[in-house]
Amino acid sequence: MISARRNRDAVASRLVQVGFLVAVILLWYLAATRWGVNRLLLPNPVAVFDDLIDILRSGEYIEDLKVTLGELAAAFAISVTGGVTLGYVISRSPYAIRVFEPLFAAIYAIPIVLFLPLFVLFFGLGPASKIALGAAISFFPIAINTVTAFGNVDRLFVTAARSMGASEYRLFRNVLLPAALPVVLSGLRMGFTIALLSIIGSETLASLAGLGHRIVQLAESMEMARMFAYIVFVIAIAAILNAVVSVLEARGRWN
Amino acid sequence: MATAEAAIKVRGVSHQFGEEGEQRYVRALADTSLDVARGELMCLIGPSGCGKSTLLNIMGGLMTSSSGDAEVLGKAVAGPMPRDIAFVFQESALFPWNTVIENIELGMTFQGVAKSERATRARRALEAVGLKEFAQHYPSQLSGGMRQRAALARALSLETPILLMDEPFGALDEQTRMILGEDLSVLLARSDKTIVFVTHSLGEAVFLADRVAVFSARPGTIKQVIAVDEPHPRKPEFVTSAKFTALRNQLYGLLHDEIRKAVLQSGLRAADRGETEPA
Repeated sequence: MISARRNRDAVASRLVQVGFLVAVILLWYLAATRWGVNRLLLPNPVAVFDDLIDILRSGEYIEDLKVTLGELAAAFAISVTGGVTLGYVISRSPYAIRVFEPLFAAIYAIPIVLFLPLFVLFFGLGPASKIALGAAISFFPIAINTVTAFGNVDRLFVTAARSMGASEYRLFRNVLLPAALPVVLSGLRMGFTIALLSIIGSETLASLAGLGHRIVQLAESMEMARMFAYIVFVIAIAAILNAVVSVLEARGRWN
Repeated sequence: MATAEAAIKVRGVSHQFGEEGEQRYVRALADTSLDVARGELMCLIGPSGCGKSTLLNIMGGLMTSSSGDAEVLGKAVAGPMPRDIAFVFQESALFPWNTVIENIELGMTFQGVAKSERATRARRALEAVGLKEFAQHYPSQLSGGMRQRAALARALSLETPILLMDEPFGALDEQTRMILGEDLSVLLARSDKTIVFVTHSLGEAVFLADRVAVFSARPGTIKQVIAVDEPHPRKPEFVTSAKFTALRNQLYGLLHDEIRKAVLQSGLRAADRGETEPA
């Protein structure tokens, strides 16, 4: 009974969500076709859809997608390696936790994207500056969550493992790592999301290629329908990536 | 009881937390000596904060005493002794990311049991505590009582001569506790393990123990040791016998004043820190 009601609630809230999206698109359609909003500001959603199909068919997006995903992969690899390693090392010392946790939290709170001009000066207009920015931004949530995760493993688990004779390796492999994993993974998910945001965002500001770059180019050449089509495309890519990362995160959960 | 037979020997053990003058300074144990004979079940009972759990941790090598010595099976205790001593903690301390059977096998992995032997021993331990059907469950899917059974199974599978239990049934309701106590008594009658069992419950102490060590209020030391001369496994009827009642009353008499002292102490300490007595 309860699960049936819960199911019904879930279906109902899905319907509301879908209905909301449909309403937005409908308003968009009415605004573009009936209410006389300038086509250069708001293209007809039908035209956007046609352009999207054309983009997908022609495969013209592939080069830009490769650039953006390549930057994302490199940035994420750097921030995961650095953030998890450093986070773990810090978590081993209560003194280091007291010093670095507030420091990282403070840096995490500032908009690092402000340093984009500096990154461009250092690393140029190409992918390197996006990778550096994405890595720098996503490092902090990953490092902070890793410190928290390993720093807050229940003492009782460690005591119990030691009383049974666990070696340092076994303690790490079978106790610390699984205990910390859920929080580390949610740090990775947060890091991934903001790496994606900051990379696409910085591509729109200063770049030579990539999906963000393409969107700005289209805007500058007033091809609004195509620009919107690319925005929809990027949203879809982001949604797919986030869904994949969320599934991976959920698989590591035990609590 | 001949000293030569003692499985655990504690001599003049004192323990303090923090340094004198510090806010957190507490003298938990004062000059405590105790022998636990091979094969006996000794209960440690006393008011909160009297250092009975501290003594258990010192015996098991999980804490180092400020002064005095502990000896287990003729060896000085200097750290955990996984081949000789298994623990059951107040909360089950099962790893929530592993199933019951994985938890038990992992304990043996830590201890260094050969892989081929782990499965059989795990199954045997689960059967002994009546959890055979729950091998594939996660701890969160079990009731508190079942979790403690699983924790006991993990400790039994380690096949140590000594079992140290720190209020293992402390978080359970009275009825679950009674059943677990009866089952434990049956289990123990079949084994020759030496067990030290920390408890708050007078009834549990009398029901389970061969001897009960009664602690004074903090800084704790052993006030008296009472023998419970009743063979294991103990029948539920034992609880209603005159002997049980007399022993329980004797314990109550010994403990009552110490508990009052302990409550007064904690009240004074709270007042020292400017706190009011918690309700």
